[in-house]
Amino acid sequence: MSDHVTLWLVIAGLALGSFGLRFVFLGLVGNRAMPAWLLRHLRYTAVAILPALVAPLVAWPAATGGEPDPARLGATFVTLGVGIATRNVFAGLVTGAATLFILMAWLG
Amino acid sequence: MTTTVKSAYWKGVREGAPFFFIVSPFALLFGVVATEAGLNILEALAFSVAVIAGAAQFTALQLLQDDAPAIIALVSALAVNLRMAMYSATLTPHLGAAPMWKRVFVAYFLVDQSFALSVGAYEKHRDWSMSQKLAYFFGVVTPICPFWYVFTVVGAMIGEAMPASLGLDFAMPITFIAMVAPMLRSLPHLAACFVAVTASLLLVSLPLNLGLLAAGLLGMMAGAAVEQWVARVKPGHVPQAKEAEA
Repeated sequence: MSDHVTLWLVIAGLALGSFGLRFVFLGLVGNRAMPAWLLRHLRYTAVAILPALVAPLVAWPAATGGEPDPARLGATFVTLGVGIATRNVFAGLVTGAATLFILMAWLG
Repeated sequence: MTTTVKSAYWKGVREGAPFFFIVSPFALLFGVVATEAGLNILEALAFSVAVIAGAAQFTALQLLQDDAPAIIALVSALAVNLRMAMYSATLTPHLGAAPMWKRVFVAYFLVDQSFALSVGAYEKHRDWSMSQKLAYFFGVVTPICPFWYVFTVVGAMIGEAMPASLGLDFAMPITFIAMVAPMLRSLPHLAACFVAVTASLLLVSLPLNLGLLAAGLLGMMAGAAVEQWVARVKPGHVPQAKEAEA
Protein backbone atom coordinates (compact mmCIF):
# COMPACT_ATOMS: atom_id res chain seq x y z
CA MET A 1 0.00 0.00 0.00
CA SER A 2 1.71 3.17 -1.16
CA ASP A 3 -0.76 5.91 -0.30
CA HIS A 4 -0.87 6.47 3.46
CA VAL A 5 -3.09 9.55 3.15
CA THR A 6 -5.81 7.37 1.57
CA LEU A 7 -5.31 4.86 4.37
CA TRP A 8 -5.86 7.45 7.10
CA LEU A 9 -8.91 8.80 5.25
CA VAL A 10 -10.39 5.29 5.22
CA ILE A 11 -9.56 4.77 8.92
CA ALA A 12 -11.20 8.08 9.84
CA GLY A 13 -14.24 7.33 7.68
CA LEU A 14 -14.55 3.86 9.19
CA ALA A 15 -14.30 5.29 12.71
CA LEU A 16 -17.15 7.72 12.06
CA GLY A 17 -19.23 5.26 10.03
CA SER A 18 -18.84 2.30 12.42
CA PHE A 19 -19.70 4.45 15.41
CA GLY A 20 -22.66 5.91 13.51
CA LEU A 21 -24.04 2.45 12.74
CA ARG A 22 -23.66 1.39 16.38
CA PHE A 23 -25.12 4.62 17.75
CA VAL A 24 -27.98 5.26 15.33
CA PHE A 25 -30.71 3.34 17.13
CA LEU A 26 -29.39 3.43 20.70
CA GLY A 27 -28.80 7.15 20.54
CA LEU A 28 -31.23 8.60 18.05
CA VAL A 29 -34.13 6.33 17.16
CA GLY A 30 -35.15 5.38 20.69
CA ASN A 31 -37.86 2.77 21.00
CA ARG A 32 -39.47 3.12 17.56
CA ALA A 33 -39.56 -0.15 15.60
CA MET A 34 -37.65 -0.64 12.36
CA PRO A 35 -39.54 -1.72 9.22
CA ALA A 36 -39.62 -5.51 8.83
CA TRP A 37 -38.34 -5.44 5.24
CA LEU A 38 -35.21 -3.57 6.34
CA LEU A 39 -34.46 -6.04 9.17
CA ARG A 40 -35.05 -8.91 6.76
CA HIS A 41 -32.36 -7.58 4.40
CA LEU A 42 -29.93 -6.63 7.17
CA ARG A 43 -29.97 -10.24 8.44
CA TYR A 44 -28.12 -11.35 5.29
CA THR A 45 -25.48 -8.63 4.95
CA ALA A 46 -22.66 -10.71 6.45
CA VAL A 47 -23.41 -13.92 4.53
CA ALA A 48 -23.68 -11.94 1.26
CA ILE A 49 -20.88 -9.35 1.41
CA LEU A 50 -18.13 -11.56 2.86
CA PRO A 51 -18.50 -14.44 0.33
CA ALA A 52 -18.79 -11.89 -2.50
CA LEU A 53 -15.49 -10.40 -1.38
CA VAL A 54 -13.75 -13.77 -1.10
CA ALA A 55 -15.00 -15.48 -4.27
CA PRO A 56 -12.71 -13.71 -6.78
CA LEU A 57 -9.72 -14.07 -4.40
CA VAL A 58 -10.33 -17.83 -4.36
CA ALA A 59 -10.98 -18.20 -8.07
CA TRP A 60 -8.17 -15.96 -9.31
CA PRO A 61 -5.54 -15.48 -6.56
CA ALA A 62 -3.17 -12.55 -7.15
CA ALA A 63 -0.26 -14.56 -5.70
CA THR A 64 -0.42 -17.03 -8.63
CA GLY A 65 -0.86 -14.30 -11.23
CA GLY A 66 -4.62 -14.91 -11.38
CA GLU A 67 -4.34 -18.62 -12.23
CA PRO A 68 -6.66 -20.93 -10.24
CA ASP A 69 -4.48 -22.73 -7.68
CA PRO A 70 -5.15 -26.24 -6.29
CA ALA A 71 -3.66 -25.43 -2.86
CA ARG A 72 -5.85 -22.37 -2.34
CA LEU A 73 -8.95 -24.11 -3.72
CA GLY A 74 -8.32 -27.10 -1.44
CA ALA A 75 -7.89 -24.84 1.59
CA THR A 76 -11.16 -23.07 0.69
CA PHE A 77 -13.20 -26.24 0.56
CA VAL A 78 -11.69 -27.66 3.77
CA THR A 79 -12.32 -24.40 5.66
CA LEU A 80 -15.88 -24.23 4.38
CA GLY A 81 -16.66 -27.91 5.03
CA VAL A 82 -15.16 -28.00 8.53
CA GLY A 83 -16.78 -24.65 9.38
CA ILE A 84 -20.24 -25.86 8.34
CA ALA A 85 -19.82 -29.26 10.02
CA THR A 86 -18.43 -27.99 13.36
CA ARG A 87 -20.10 -24.53 13.48
CA ASN A 88 -16.78 -23.40 14.89
CA VAL A 89 -14.82 -20.50 13.39
CA PHE A 90 -11.47 -21.67 14.69
CA ALA A 91 -11.82 -25.30 13.66
CA GLY A 92 -12.36 -24.10 10.08
CA LEU A 93 -9.53 -21.59 10.27
CA VAL A 94 -6.94 -24.04 11.64
CA THR A 95 -7.75 -26.97 9.33
CA GLY A 96 -7.95 -24.62 6.33
CA ALA A 97 -4.56 -23.06 7.07
CA ALA A 98 -3.04 -26.52 7.62
CA THR A 99 -4.46 -27.70 4.29
CA LEU A 100 -2.97 -24.67 2.52
CA PHE A 101 0.51 -25.24 3.97
CA ILE A 102 0.46 -29.00 3.28
CA LEU A 103 -0.75 -28.58 -0.30
CA MET A 104 1.68 -25.75 -0.99
CA ALA A 105 4.60 -27.85 0.30
CA TRP A 106 3.41 -30.97 -1.52
CA LEU A 107 2.65 -29.32 -4.88
CA GLY A 108 5.73 -27.11 -4.65
CA MET B 1 -20.94 0.46 42.96
CA THR B 2 -23.55 -1.36 45.02
CA THR B 3 -23.21 -5.09 45.60
CA THR B 4 -25.78 -6.07 42.96
CA VAL B 5 -24.19 -3.80 40.36
CA LYS B 6 -20.75 -5.18 41.19
CA SER B 7 -21.94 -8.75 40.88
CA ALA B 8 -23.55 -7.97 37.50
CA TYR B 9 -20.22 -6.52 36.33
CA TRP B 10 -18.26 -9.60 37.40
CA LYS B 11 -20.87 -11.89 35.90
CA GLY B 12 -20.24 -10.06 32.61
CA VAL B 13 -16.48 -10.45 32.99
CA ARG B 14 -16.82 -14.20 33.67
CA GLU B 15 -19.14 -14.78 30.72
CA GLY B 16 -17.11 -12.61 28.35
CA ALA B 17 -13.78 -14.20 29.33
CA PRO B 18 -13.94 -17.27 26.99
CA PHE B 19 -14.19 -14.91 24.01
CA PHE B 20 -10.72 -13.64 24.85
CA PHE B 21 -9.43 -16.81 23.22
CA ILE B 22 -11.44 -16.21 20.05
CA VAL B 23 -10.90 -12.48 19.68
CA SER B 24 -7.19 -12.31 20.48
CA PRO B 25 -6.01 -14.60 17.64
CA PHE B 26 -8.15 -12.60 15.20
CA ALA B 27 -6.57 -9.34 16.37
CA LEU B 28 -3.14 -10.99 16.12
CA LEU B 29 -3.89 -12.11 12.57
CA PHE B 30 -5.11 -8.63 11.67
CA GLY B 31 -1.88 -7.10 12.95
CA VAL B 32 0.22 -9.57 10.95
CA VAL B 33 -1.79 -9.14 7.74
CA ALA B 34 -1.88 -5.35 8.14
CA THR B 35 1.91 -5.10 8.26
CA GLU B 36 2.16 -7.51 5.31
CA ALA B 37 -0.10 -5.04 3.45
CA GLY B 38 2.33 -2.21 4.22
CA LEU B 39 0.79 -0.60 7.31
CA ASN B 40 3.02 0.41 10.21
CA ILE B 41 2.23 -0.51 13.83
CA LEU B 42 0.52 2.81 14.58
CA GLU B 43 -1.70 2.51 11.49
CA ALA B 44 -2.68 -1.06 12.37
CA LEU B 45 -3.54 0.00 15.93
CA ALA B 46 -5.51 3.02 14.70
CA PHE B 47 -7.53 0.67 12.50
CA SER B 48 -8.41 -1.56 15.48
CA VAL B 49 -9.23 1.33 17.82
CA ALA B 50 -11.37 3.04 15.17
CA VAL B 51 -13.35 0.01 14.06
CA ILE B 52 -13.19 -2.88 16.65
CA ALA B 53 -14.76 -5.27 14.13
CA GLY B 54 -12.57 -7.92 12.48
CA ALA B 55 -14.57 -8.54 9.33
CA ALA B 56 -14.85 -4.84 8.44
CA GLN B 57 -11.16 -4.26 9.14
CA PHE B 58 -10.11 -7.20 6.95
CA THR B 59 -12.47 -6.03 4.19
CA ALA B 60 -11.09 -2.49 4.11
CA LEU B 61 -7.53 -3.80 4.22
CA GLN B 62 -8.09 -6.26 1.37
CA LEU B 63 -9.63 -3.60 -0.88
CA LEU B 64 -6.91 -1.04 -0.11
CA GLN B 65 -4.34 -3.69 -0.93
CA ASP B 66 -6.09 -4.25 -4.29
CA ASP B 67 -5.78 -0.47 -4.90
CA ALA B 68 -9.54 0.03 -4.84
CA PRO B 69 -10.63 3.68 -4.46
CA ALA B 70 -10.93 4.79 -0.82
CA ILE B 71 -14.69 5.32 -1.08
CA ILE B 72 -15.20 1.72 -2.26
CA ALA B 73 -13.09 0.35 0.59
CA LEU B 74 -15.05 2.50 3.03
CA VAL B 75 -18.53 1.64 1.74
CA SER B 76 -17.75 -2.09 1.51
CA ALA B 77 -16.36 -2.25 5.04
CA LEU B 78 -19.34 -0.32 6.39
CA ALA B 79 -21.67 -2.68 4.55
CA VAL B 80 -20.01 -5.56 6.42
CA ASN B 81 -20.69 -3.60 9.63
CA LEU B 82 -24.37 -2.98 8.86
CA ARG B 83 -25.25 -5.70 11.36
CA MET B 84 -24.07 -3.32 14.10
CA ALA B 85 -27.12 -1.17 13.32
CA MET B 86 -29.25 -4.25 13.93
CA TYR B 87 -27.53 -4.84 17.26
CA SER B 88 -28.05 -1.20 18.17
CA ALA B 89 -31.76 -1.49 17.37
CA THR B 90 -32.08 -4.69 19.40
CA LEU B 91 -30.41 -3.21 22.51
CA THR B 92 -32.37 0.05 22.37
CA PRO B 93 -35.42 -1.22 24.34
CA HIS B 94 -33.03 -2.34 27.13
CA LEU B 95 -30.52 0.51 27.28
CA GLY B 96 -32.23 3.35 25.41
CA ALA B 97 -33.15 5.09 28.67
CA ALA B 98 -29.56 5.28 29.96
CA PRO B 99 -27.84 8.70 30.12
CA MET B 100 -26.56 9.87 26.73
CA TRP B 101 -22.85 9.69 27.61
CA LYS B 102 -23.24 6.08 28.73
CA ARG B 103 -25.08 5.22 25.51
CA VAL B 104 -22.14 6.71 23.60
CA PHE B 105 -19.79 4.26 25.35
CA VAL B 106 -22.19 1.32 24.86
CA ALA B 107 -22.35 2.16 21.14
CA TYR B 108 -18.57 2.32 20.78
CA PHE B 109 -18.10 -1.07 22.50
CA LEU B 110 -21.01 -2.74 20.70
CA VAL B 111 -19.40 -5.81 19.10
CA ASP B 112 -20.73 -9.27 18.22
CA GLN B 113 -19.85 -10.74 21.62
CA SER B 114 -21.07 -7.89 23.84
CA PHE B 115 -24.30 -7.81 21.87
CA ALA B 116 -25.00 -11.54 21.93
CA LEU B 117 -24.21 -12.03 25.64
CA SER B 118 -26.03 -8.90 26.80
CA VAL B 119 -29.24 -9.61 24.92
CA GLY B 120 -29.21 -13.15 26.29
CA ALA B 121 -28.66 -11.91 29.87
CA TYR B 122 -31.29 -9.13 29.65
CA GLU B 123 -33.94 -11.58 28.46
CA LYS B 124 -33.07 -13.93 31.31
CA HIS B 125 -32.79 -11.33 34.10
CA ARG B 126 -35.80 -9.16 33.45
CA ASP B 127 -35.64 -7.69 36.98
CA TRP B 128 -32.22 -6.05 36.40
CA SER B 129 -32.01 -2.30 36.94
CA MET B 130 -30.42 -0.02 34.34
CA SER B 131 -27.20 0.10 36.41
CA GLN B 132 -27.02 -3.69 36.51
CA LYS B 133 -27.61 -3.97 32.76
CA LEU B 134 -24.88 -1.42 32.01
CA ALA B 135 -22.50 -3.06 34.51
CA TYR B 136 -23.02 -6.45 32.84
CA PHE B 137 -22.42 -4.97 29.37
CA PHE B 138 -19.14 -3.32 30.38
CA GLY B 139 -18.18 -6.48 32.28
CA VAL B 140 -18.44 -8.48 29.03
CA VAL B 141 -16.43 -5.83 27.19
CA THR B 142 -13.56 -5.84 29.76
CA PRO B 143 -11.87 -9.15 28.79
CA ILE B 144 -12.50 -8.56 25.05
CA CYS B 145 -12.02 -5.05 23.66
CA PRO B 146 -8.75 -3.97 25.34
CA PHE B 147 -7.14 -7.17 24.07
CA TRP B 148 -8.35 -6.40 20.56
CA TYR B 149 -5.98 -3.43 20.62
CA VAL B 150 -3.15 -5.20 22.45
CA PHE B 151 -3.03 -8.21 20.12
CA THR B 152 -3.26 -6.01 17.02
CA VAL B 153 -0.01 -4.40 18.15
CA VAL B 154 1.57 -7.77 18.98
CA GLY B 155 0.55 -9.08 15.53
CA ALA B 156 1.94 -5.98 13.83
CA MET B 157 5.26 -6.46 15.64
CA ILE B 158 5.38 -10.14 14.62
CA GLY B 159 4.39 -9.24 11.06
CA GLU B 160 7.22 -6.71 10.70
CA ALA B 161 9.67 -9.47 11.69
CA MET B 162 8.16 -12.11 9.38
CA PRO B 163 9.40 -12.87 5.87
CA ALA B 164 6.88 -12.20 3.07
CA SER B 165 5.50 -15.02 0.85
CA LEU B 166 4.41 -17.49 3.51
CA GLY B 167 1.07 -17.98 1.78
CA LEU B 168 -0.18 -15.06 3.90
CA ASP B 169 -2.00 -13.63 0.88
CA PHE B 170 -4.59 -16.30 1.65
CA ALA B 171 -4.89 -15.67 5.41
CA MET B 172 -7.68 -13.16 4.85
CA PRO B 173 -9.80 -15.29 2.50
CA ILE B 174 -9.52 -18.28 4.88
CA THR B 175 -10.49 -16.07 7.82
CA PHE B 176 -13.59 -14.85 6.01
CA ILE B 177 -14.63 -18.32 4.90
CA ALA B 178 -14.18 -19.63 8.44
CA MET B 179 -16.31 -16.78 9.79
CA VAL B 180 -19.10 -17.26 7.25
CA ALA B 181 -19.34 -21.07 7.25
CA PRO B 182 -21.02 -21.38 10.69
CA MET B 183 -23.57 -18.72 9.62
CA LEU B 184 -24.78 -20.88 6.71
CA ARG B 185 -27.36 -22.58 8.86
CA SER B 186 -30.63 -21.98 7.00
CA LEU B 187 -31.92 -21.98 3.43
CA PRO B 188 -32.10 -18.16 3.20
CA HIS B 189 -28.50 -17.85 4.40
CA LEU B 190 -27.34 -20.41 1.84
CA ALA B 191 -29.29 -18.61 -0.90
CA ALA B 192 -27.79 -15.23 0.05
CA CYS B 193 -24.28 -16.71 -0.02
CA PHE B 194 -24.76 -18.58 -3.30
CA VAL B 195 -26.26 -15.61 -5.16
CA ALA B 196 -23.60 -13.24 -3.80
CA VAL B 197 -20.74 -15.55 -4.84
CA THR B 198 -22.17 -16.16 -8.32
CA ALA B 199 -22.86 -12.46 -8.91
CA SER B 200 -19.43 -11.50 -7.60
CA LEU B 201 -17.68 -13.85 -10.04
CA LEU B 202 -19.83 -12.69 -12.97
CA LEU B 203 -19.48 -8.98 -12.15
CA VAL B 204 -15.77 -9.00 -11.29
CA SER B 205 -14.90 -6.85 -14.32
CA LEU B 206 -17.13 -3.94 -13.24
CA PRO B 207 -15.03 -0.81 -12.54
CA LEU B 208 -14.24 0.49 -9.01
CA ASN B 209 -15.04 -2.90 -7.44
CA LEU B 210 -18.70 -2.03 -7.81
CA GLY B 211 -19.30 -5.72 -8.54
CA LEU B 212 -18.75 -6.40 -4.83
CA LEU B 213 -21.46 -4.01 -3.71
CA ALA B 214 -23.88 -5.19 -6.40
CA ALA B 215 -23.22 -8.83 -5.51
CA GLY B 216 -23.70 -8.07 -1.79
CA LEU B 217 -27.03 -6.33 -2.44
CA LEU B 218 -28.23 -9.15 -4.72
CA GLY B 219 -27.27 -11.68 -2.05
CA MET B 220 -29.17 -9.77 0.65
CA MET B 221 -32.24 -9.56 -1.59
CA ALA B 222 -32.01 -13.29 -2.31
CA GLY B 223 -31.79 -14.05 1.42
CA ALA B 224 -34.76 -11.83 2.23
CA ALA B 225 -36.82 -13.27 -0.62
CA VAL B 226 -36.11 -16.88 0.32
CA GLU B 227 -36.87 -16.08 3.97
CA GLN B 228 -40.33 -14.83 2.97
CA TRP B 229 -40.84 -17.89 0.77
CA VAL B 230 -39.85 -20.22 3.65
CA ALA B 231 -42.22 -18.34 5.97
CA ARG B 232 -45.08 -18.99 3.55
CA VAL B 233 -44.23 -22.68 3.13
CA LYS B 234 -43.34 -23.31 6.80
CA PRO B 235 -45.33 -20.79 8.91
CA GLY B 236 -43.89 -20.07 12.36
CA HIS B 237 -40.28 -20.60 11.29
CA VAL B 238 -38.38 -17.34 11.81
CA PRO B 239 -34.57 -17.20 11.58
CA GLN B 240 -32.83 -15.71 14.64
CA ALA B 241 -30.87 -12.51 14.28
CA LYS B 242 -27.65 -14.05 15.53
CA GLU B 243 -24.35 -13.48 13.75
CA ALA B 244 -20.94 -15.08 14.09
CA GLU B 245 -18.17 -13.54 16.13
CA ALA B 246 -15.67 -10.87 15.25
